[in-house]
Amino acid sequence: MPILWLFLIVLAIAAAGYVIGRSRAVASVGGDHRKMHSLASFYGSNVAIKVFVPAFLFTIAWLLVQPIVVNATVSDMIPEAAIADNSSRGLVMAEVRRIADGLDSAVAAGGMSADFARTPQTDLDDVTQRIKDAGGVVTSDITAPVLNAAQRYRAMNGTGNFIMSGLAILIALGGAWWGIRESHADFRARNTVETSIRALLIGAASIAILTTLGIVLSLIFNTIEFFRLYPAADFFFGTNWAPSFSGRGGSSDLGVLPLLWGTFYISIVALAVAVPIGLFAAIYLSEYASKRVRSVAKPLLEVLAGIPTIVYGLFALLTVGPLLLEIFGKDGLGWMQAGTAVMTAGLVMGIMLIPFVSSLSDDIINAVPQALRDGSYGLGATQSETIKQVVLPAALPGIVGAILLAASRAIGETMIVVLGAGAAARLSLNPFEAMTTVTAKIVSQLTGDADFASPEALVAFALGMTLFVITLALNVLALYIVRKYREQYE
Amino acid sequence: MTDTSLPQNAPRGSNSILATDARTKKRNAAEKRFRALGMGAIGIGLFFLIVLFTTIIRSGAPAFTRTVVDVQFTLTQAQYDEAEGTLFKTAAYADLFIAQLGEILAEQDVAADFDAESIERTLGKVGGTLREFYRANEDQLDQPVNFSLATSSRVDGYLKGRVTLEGIEDSRFLMASDLDLVDELQAAGVIKSEFNWPFITGADSGVDNPGGAGIGASVVGSFFMMLVVLALALPIGVAASIYLEEFAVQNRFTDLIEVNISNLAAVPSIVFGILGLAVFIQFAGLPQSAPLVGGLVLTLMTLPTIIISTRAALKAVPPSIREAALGVGASKMQTVFHHVLPLAMPGILTGTIIGLAQALGETAPLLLIGMVGFVARGYPDGFLTGFTEANSAMPAQIYTWAARADAAFYDKAWGGIIILLIFLMFMNILAVILRRRFERRW
Repeated sequence: MPILWLFLIVLAIAAAGYVIGRSRAVASVGGDHRKMHSLASFYGSNVAIKVFVPAFLFTIAWLLVQPIVVNATVSDMIPEAAIADNSSRGLVMAEVRRIADGLDSAVAAGGMSADFARTPQTDLDDVTQRIKDAGGVVTSDITAPVLNAAQRYRAMNGTGNFIMSGLAILIALGGAWWGIRESHADFRARNTVETSIRALLIGAASIAILTTLGIVLSLIFNTIEFFRLYPAADFFFGTNWAPSFSGRGGSSDLGVLPLLWGTFYISIVALAVAVPIGLFAAIYLSEYASKRVRSVAKPLLEVLAGIPTIVYGLFALLTVGPLLLEIFGKDGLGWMQAGTAVMTAGLVMGIMLIPFVSSLSDDIINAVPQALRDGSYGLGATQSETIKQVVLPAALPGIVGAILLAASRAIGETMIVVLGAGAAARLSLNPFEAMTTVTAKIVSQLTGDADFASPEALVAFALGMTLFVITLALNVLALYIVRKYREQYE
Repeated sequence: MTDTSLPQNAPRGSNSILATDARTKKRNAAEKRFRALGMGAIGIGLFFLIVLFTTIIRSGAPAFTRTVVDVQFTLTQAQYDEAEGTLFKTAAYADLFIAQLGEILAEQDVAADFDAESIERTLGKVGGTLREFYRANEDQLDQPVNFSLATSSRVDGYLKGRVTLEGIEDSRFLMASDLDLVDELQAAGVIKSEFNWPFITGADSGVDNPGGAGIGASVVGSFFMMLVVLALALPIGVAASIYLEEFAVQNRFTDLIEVNISNLAAVPSIVFGILGLAVFIQFAGLPQSAPLVGGLVLTLMTLPTIIISTRAALKAVPPSIREAALGVGASKMQTVFHHVLPLAMPGILTGTIIGLAQALGETAPLLLIGMVGFVARGYPDGFLTGFTEANSAMPAQIYTWAARADAAFYDKAWGGIIILLIFLMFMNILAVILRRRFERRW
């Protein structure tokens, strides 16, 4: 684990720098701490920061750039002729990487010498066998250009890692020298250290931006790649979802409409369960319930929100599904074919969303000023009339926001639909039929055997993009409504 | 004096406040109905909660017991040498076992009829187990040894009522006649029920051995993931909150961060899985199914939760503390790190534990980074390899079991859920205790 070693070495230099910097600063005033600008530890920290931060940033940057450069160089080495008709450059590169890993593990396991792995080989079967013996995965026969590329790939990565480690240690030592030279009583160590810590804090806060950026970029690039292989119009307006199972065939129908329909249908069923129950529970808890009832019932309801979704998924698959099948299935009303259906998933998702709707609405109802209620009582309205005609209209925007948030939750929910809704994509009105959703198909397309560069796998990213955009729009709208409403009474 | 009093027993007019008129009655009835609706809603919610928990406990309990056949078996040195000398060694052991089991049953006056195959269907590969034991413990020869042999999952299901004699179809896994044998063994009193330790400590078995599946290895996988989340999400989350709460000036950049945090909190978890797949596995080349990758993805997911609760905790520290520290000459940084942060720590820890509990139960992103479909057959070799070696996690393991066609795995899935919920319960109780014990009201 060379990166770990590099990390430890730099850490050791930083620790040594801390001790030296501190003692040098103290020595510069002959041990009289009062004459120093900052506390002694700040001088040490200054050196440690100057050792660690530049070396760390350099390593990160190198690790980001190196694979790109290596990939580009090696990719150019593969002649057009070496790429089979039903393959692509990306697939060949994946094979190159696999072989390079295989060579590594073969050398580590003693299947071949380091020299053997480095020099061009003519007996390709022998190489394949040695890699396989060491547990490496080789999907197809190794060809000469691919093996060459793999060896080049290994060589470049090896040199790259070596140069990186050397430079990182040099940078760390340079930082130590710089910091130690500064360690004088007059040096404003505290200001420097505090500025660096502040930068660190800003960096931590920016992780949120980086995460969003990472999500958006990984979705966009792969979605563009998908649309290059599959027409966008067919994806957005296609009414048929039938990916081919081979993973390489061109005969897949990847229309998103049946999935969107399934998603919305299940969400509507879920909201039809959660909104009335959640809303009435919130009204009762905030307007009628005594303190004691409230202190018991509210946390109990919120337990429902703390249960992991896999539990609900299993509940749908093994309890609710069979129960519904008994009532609506062949032996009952005859509407249902199997336990997995829109109704099953929707009902269970509704249960999950009850506390979501109730606690958000509860907060919003509580935020309605008491003066409005008192005014209504003063005019002779009963409590329920006050709620219906004064409190709820005043809280309506907030409640709508809460419902939108719940809807976005329902649309993005995965485990319940994966286990409870079935796998067939269809455009149907019957809630007792199996349907599938965007999230369920993301899971099935990315966990199947489909090759990663095929449209069947890449479609998952386009689906993810659709999901991301829809939920983001709902969230932004909901937050806007809630915020706007809050301002009214503050 | 023309004082006249109102007739006492005259009928009250329709507009008297002492009589409830029809309209008031209607309004009061509406009031009662409305109230009942509210109570009903809460009742339904609590009813669902109770149904959910009774289902979990009822369906999960069988996973914690297993049935074993307890037999006393003696192997002489001569028998051992002879068995080791034959070609099919385990078969020789199985024959010896069958002979002794027959004697035991005869002593109890139970007439049983079984052969090597029916024993293998009910008790698994007995010969192999015995041979392994005696080869490792040759000093146990010539004396009686107690063996607890686990019954096969289908026999186990029969004894727990999951498999019935009527519903059974003869297959190579179980024949109806085997269940007669089981009944006879039960009559002879050699079948016992015991706590299923292998379920708690064991690793996942393959698709065809539901009886041997355990959740232990995936608990370890979850543990490593939680370590990653704790090591990354807590410092990053606290640093971000300190910046936003104590240092940030109101500008576009700060607004951008705030908007991003509130949006990330609502992004569906599966999208984080896509991010993990594209960035950590495809781009950065980290290994699939590794707790490290799972931990990284869950870190990004929990960060908003931790940031939101940490900011609330920092906000709750009164400004007088900051002013006092600044007044005696502390720098802004020293004020925050020496005074504000320690006072906010209980609140921060509470939020972190709740965030961890959320992350522990999250499944969807783990599906995408390959923690499902992988059979976690063993524990990681060491501490460091525990992060990078392929493993499963508790919710992913439960999903794997639920997705298998064999109904015997459903018991395991429910049992796994009980274990998962116990962990979650402990974390939440810890959070509540921390809050009750250390949170200060100013």
